[in-house]
Amino acid sequence: MLADKVLELIRELERSKDGQMSTFNEDAIRLVLEEMNTLFEQNQQDVNATVAGDVRFFSGVHLRHAALERNKRCLLAYLYNRLERIREMRWEFGSILPGYIRATMCEPEIQWFNKYNKTLATYMRSLGEGNGLDLTQDIKPPKNLYIEVRCLQDYGEFEIEEGDTVVLQKNTTHYLLMAHCQHLIRQGILEHVE
Amino acid sequence: MADTEDIIEGSDDEGEPMKASEVLQKLEEAWITERMSPTLEKHHSEYVDCMLDQINQMSENLKRCKKHDFRVAIHKMEIDRIRYMISSYLRLRLEKIEKFTHYLLEKERTISDENLAILSENELEYAKGYASSIESHFQTMVLQHVPENLRNFDPGKMGVKPNLDSFVFLKVKESTPAVLIEDDSGEGRDEEVDLDEGSQHLIRYRPISHLLNSEAVTLI
Repeated sequence: MLADKVLELIRELERSKDGQMSTFNEDAIRLVLEEMNTLFEQNQQDVNATVAGDVRFFSGVHLRHAALERNKRCLLAYLYNRLERIREMRWEFGSILPGYIRATMCEPEIQWFNKYNKTLATYMRSLGEGNGLDLTQDIKPPKNLYIEVRCLQDYGEFEIEEGDTVVLQKNTTHYLLMAHCQHLIRQGILEHVE
Repeated sequence: MADTEDIIEGSDDEGEPMKASEVLQKLEEAWITERMSPTLEKHHSEYVDCMLDQINQMSENLKRCKKHDFRVAIHKMEIDRIRYMISSYLRLRLEKIEKFTHYLLEKERTISDENLAILSENELEYAKGYASSIESHFQTMVLQHVPENLRNFDPGKMGVKPNLDSFVFLKVKESTPAVLIEDDSGEGRDEEVDLDEGSQHLIRYRPISHLLNSEAVTLI
């Protein structure tokens, strides 16, 4: 059906709304692009006929043009929404994405991710008159200086303040400065015990 | 607190020095306003830079203190709180910049007065980089493969724009008489409202947006 394929892409976005990434659907995109080219060629023919004086095809041209516009809009929406999700992952996982997420992205998307990384890093470095501030830290308002954390995996020695170290072993709990162990919590090495 | 009470060179227009605690309060207001506003507000990078400088200094001072002094913990907590506020404020701004990129870049072009600039220099760089990365992604993936007459990308048509007609709560800091509230249903029932100092209102964003720039009101 006319302009039906592209709806599939939008549905796909809708289905994976809970922050999950579906695999980049290259085939569907190619099919939509093919359909657009076919529509365009048909339109060219009819336009030529209209110019030659035959007005019967005029509404057909309009209809196809509307379908073309719609396809384009939907394709761009698909791309944009995926980029937005990739952006969220930058904030969630940091500058290196886990492999299973990378596998769902296409090459240009990975390139975009790297570019986004760079833009963000440049911005964060420029804060505070060049001293820099990591905005991906301090996501939650601080309640306590120290928090209790449990180790989820063996990490080894971890340096806290002025040469003191703790050994982070699996299933041990520690009482640490929140500012120091935030990034380990987000990497999934530590777990915050409430 | 001794560290925050240090009088520092202010970035006020009148050239009056501001106390760090005043800057902190200004920043807090800017943060809350930014959270409640439907669009991006004027940037306050002068406050941000100043406070970042302050917390760096405070951390330096703390290093000289004795390790088990109980005041150290309180000061550290203070630093953490300020840093959270700054990060949260800047994060909010980035989110809005990413959402309304083209709208904001377009708006920024029309502003000639530097004091009214919405984006700071760094944010402007960021917005431009972000916009061009998205556009080039569109180009490589779709636009260069579609028929010729559809290849242009018009951000004005497809970009997301903030809803300036949404309602906001505000608190008045300086009395402002006769603020014109236009009737948006087009029936010409315009109204004038006197905003008295200390009063709170629920009002459409558009008619009061200029009062936010002059800091006569803050959003709550």
